[in-house]
Amino acid sequence: MTLHVNGEMSAYPEEVATISDLLQYHELNGQMVIVEYNQTIVDRTAYATTRLCSGDQLELVHFVGGG
Amino acid sequence: MQDRYSRQTLFTPIGVQGQEKLKEKHVLLIGAGALGTGNAEQLARAGVGKLSVADRDYVEYSNLQRQQLFSEQDAYERVPKAIAAKNRLQEVNSLVDVRAYVQDVQAEEFEQLIVGVDLIIDATDNFETRLILNDIAQKYNVPWIYGGCVGSYGLSYTIIPGVTPCLNCLLETVPLGGATCDTEGIIGPAVQMVVAHQSAEALKILVEDVEALHGKLISFDMWKNQYTGIKVSNVRKDACPSCGKERQYPFLAPGNQTKTAVLCGRDTVQIRPPHKMERDLDQLRERLHEGEVEQNPFLLAYTLGTQRLVFFKDGRVLIHGTKDVTEARRLYYKIVG
Repeated sequence: MTLHVNGEMSAYPEEVATISDLLQYHELNGQMVIVEYNQTIVDRTAYATTRLCSGDQLELVHFVGGG
Repeated sequence: MQDRYSRQTLFTPIGVQGQEKLKEKHVLLIGAGALGTGNAEQLARAGVGKLSVADRDYVEYSNLQRQQLFSEQDAYERVPKAIAAKNRLQEVNSLVDVRAYVQDVQAEEFEQLIVGVDLIIDATDNFETRLILNDIAQKYNVPWIYGGCVGSYGLSYTIIPGVTPCLNCLLETVPLGGATCDTEGIIGPAVQMVVAHQSAEALKILVEDVEALHGKLISFDMWKNQYTGIKVSNVRKDACPSCGKERQYPFLAPGNQTKTAVLCGRDTVQIRPPHKMERDLDQLRERLHEGEVEQNPFLLAYTLGTQRLVFFKDGRVLIHGTKDVTEARRLYYKIVG
């Protein structure tokens, strides 16, 4: 599946089916993340149930504490 | 010195009027590390009337790679960061009223520091303090600008009470763990990118050009060459305990504040006494017979073997060489009793 993630188009393996899978793939699971999915912010409770389709656009922004 | 701001007043959105506004404004910077020194220098050079700089730490050699107001001499003398920052800022622009606070800023300190402040710049290194900052900003209706960075990554968001979502709306819980400067390091360009976003937003707020604010959660990676900005305005929650209709400011409640903290980027634990106190450093020095003691007007550093404890006048102690809070407490009580 091909997804636009943070402005870059990449091919993802089959096991990346939902937003949760995508976060896991990018090693962002368990972190404080805001996900924009096709221009809409997704509620955290819907990460596991939001299924991705080829061509979807996502922005993943994770919060970090350093400063 | 008359034309020191000429290139800034030539910039139409600021102009002479904007420059006058900057002179009347008071900015509070929480933290004088990488983001704090970067923002403070920008704002001092820009001619902001008053800058309050608060920080709990002192300068070390590992800071010099990215914390732009500090010198080798500051690290050698272990000057508290707020003091070293003030000294340099006054060299850069003597017209700015700079106030230094060598403090661990928690709810109690915020209540004092917030008086008369037009804007807060977040330059802290942890979410516990940021959520207190967020509650204070909501309570006193003061805008603030979040900034965070680690590795080559950074992000920023401008929070305007009553207009944008607050940090608590965005996070929902206190983030624990995750990447820190301790585990992933940090490069100067990532710091400067966050500083650029924060200080640009600060100038817009201070000259009262709110239309120009970017309104997005900005994030970037300077090594992966990614840059994103997402709209989060609809994340604002009516039921948010920090900014909602029935707000309680949960992070200002004393029960929500811990007295120990692991410092970002340092193998160090801070212990803070439960009550305000002034530590008599001379008296402490007399009690320390073994080991090596170094003292300056602000702190006393005590080295015994591989252990190093740094006592501040305001009662705090930094315990170096451990991230283990229990071990740190043990060492603390061994010496302080």
